[in-house]
Amino acid sequence: MGRSFGIPEFLYLLKAIPWTLLLSLGAFLGGALVGLFIAILRIVPSRPVRWLAVGYIELFQGTPVLMQLFVVYYGIAVLYNLHVDAWSAVLIAFSLYSGAFLVEIWRGSIQAIPRPQWEAAACLSLSFPKQLWHVILPQAARISIPPTVGFAVQLIKSTSIASIIGFVELTRAGQLMTNATFQPMIIYPIVAGLYFVLCWPLSLAAQTLERRIDANLGIKKHL
Amino acid sequence: MNYAFRFNVVWDHFPELMNGALLTIELSATAMAMGLGLAVLCAYGKSAGPRPVRWLLAGYVELIRNTPFLVQIFIFYFSLPMIGIRLTANSAALAAMTINLGAYASEILRAGIEAVPRGQVEAARALGLRRLQIFRSIIIFPALKAVYPALTSQFILVMLSSSVVSTISAVELTAVTNSLQSTTFRSFEFYFVAMGLYFAMSLGFRASLSVIYWAAFERSR
Repeated sequence: MGRSFGIPEFLYLLKAIPWTLLLSLGAFLGGALVGLFIAILRIVPSRPVRWLAVGYIELFQGTPVLMQLFVVYYGIAVLYNLHVDAWSAVLIAFSLYSGAFLVEIWRGSIQAIPRPQWEAAACLSLSFPKQLWHVILPQAARISIPPTVGFAVQLIKSTSIASIIGFVELTRAGQLMTNATFQPMIIYPIVAGLYFVLCWPLSLAAQTLERRIDANLGIKKHL
Repeated sequence: MNYAFRFNVVWDHFPELMNGALLTIELSATAMAMGLGLAVLCAYGKSAGPRPVRWLLAGYVELIRNTPFLVQIFIFYFSLPMIGIRLTANSAALAAMTINLGAYASEILRAGIEAVPRGQVEAARALGLRRLQIFRSIIIFPALKAVYPALTSQFILVMLSSSVVSTISAVELTAVTNSLQSTTFRSFEFYFVAMGLYFAMSLGFRASLSVIYWAAFERSR
């Protein structure tokens, strides 16, 4: 008989968690940069540039992240005759992917600020950047926190897809341990449980924050 | 960049790609229908079921929403056979997609149900409608209409995440693309075209879903 699942195997799974978290964090920060860049493209006066930004968002929201990962991983390799290691490929692909989602979340938050807030700021003869910086963004930032945290949960779960190109994070570690022990019935539920431990607190935080912000703004929820 | 694009290789294999896309569409459409059904059942259980049922349903929703789809597929395909439940790749994929969508859709539906004014339910009860009748025509129908845009996005997400089922050898578009690129060595071309096909499918699903919206909610007016 081969190995069976015991403490060392469990520790092996635990050791893979930092990679999942690191990848999620890296992709989130990368995505924030990409999102900021796309957001700027969306508001420049040139129409073709704005279309480019919308096209980017539609493309990355309308195709599977796995495909995006393959295109980056294999695409760069053949196009530039350059070997990309799995870590860079997943980091690039997940940044591009999360950028497309974050920019839309943040745009929605800015648009959720009632029009009179802009008008009031304009009445105080604030310039456009000052209206945005001192009046709109502080309010929009608060609205954007729950959906942004919610997206972080989605991102952590999505990084499991990096296992498909061989990047060793939590899911890949689970696969490797399954191959060694032939006990998928024990290992995959444990892997799922570990993801749950990572994601659930964030999900709860997002819910609580959302409720608190709704209460503060006095917004009655109606969809 | 001195790479010679050879898209003609892709066109030679286009029928195979289309077969893969067809399975993707089939799996997604079935999962959408079944997932929505599951979500409605959960919504009914949550609004009318006894407390243990409500807890169970809440646990199901939280469990699915906080674990990756890929791991859920692995559990359906690799773990379940260990306790005697053997599923083919396609049915494991379908089951995972349905159960995944069911959890998300029931959470979306919940928001719609909460938005139904209490007075409407009380009025219906005063008119002597049965519990199931109230649930069907006073609660679920308007709730579905209210949350339809959010449901549409979730449906599209399920279609996109179906690419992940290629890992359990369900031969949908991603799996077909993978095997074709590995035999022809034109990986960029194949992935590029497959990405285009996925994009087209998400536009197609979006269009079909708005036709369904029209047929279900607008035509009767």
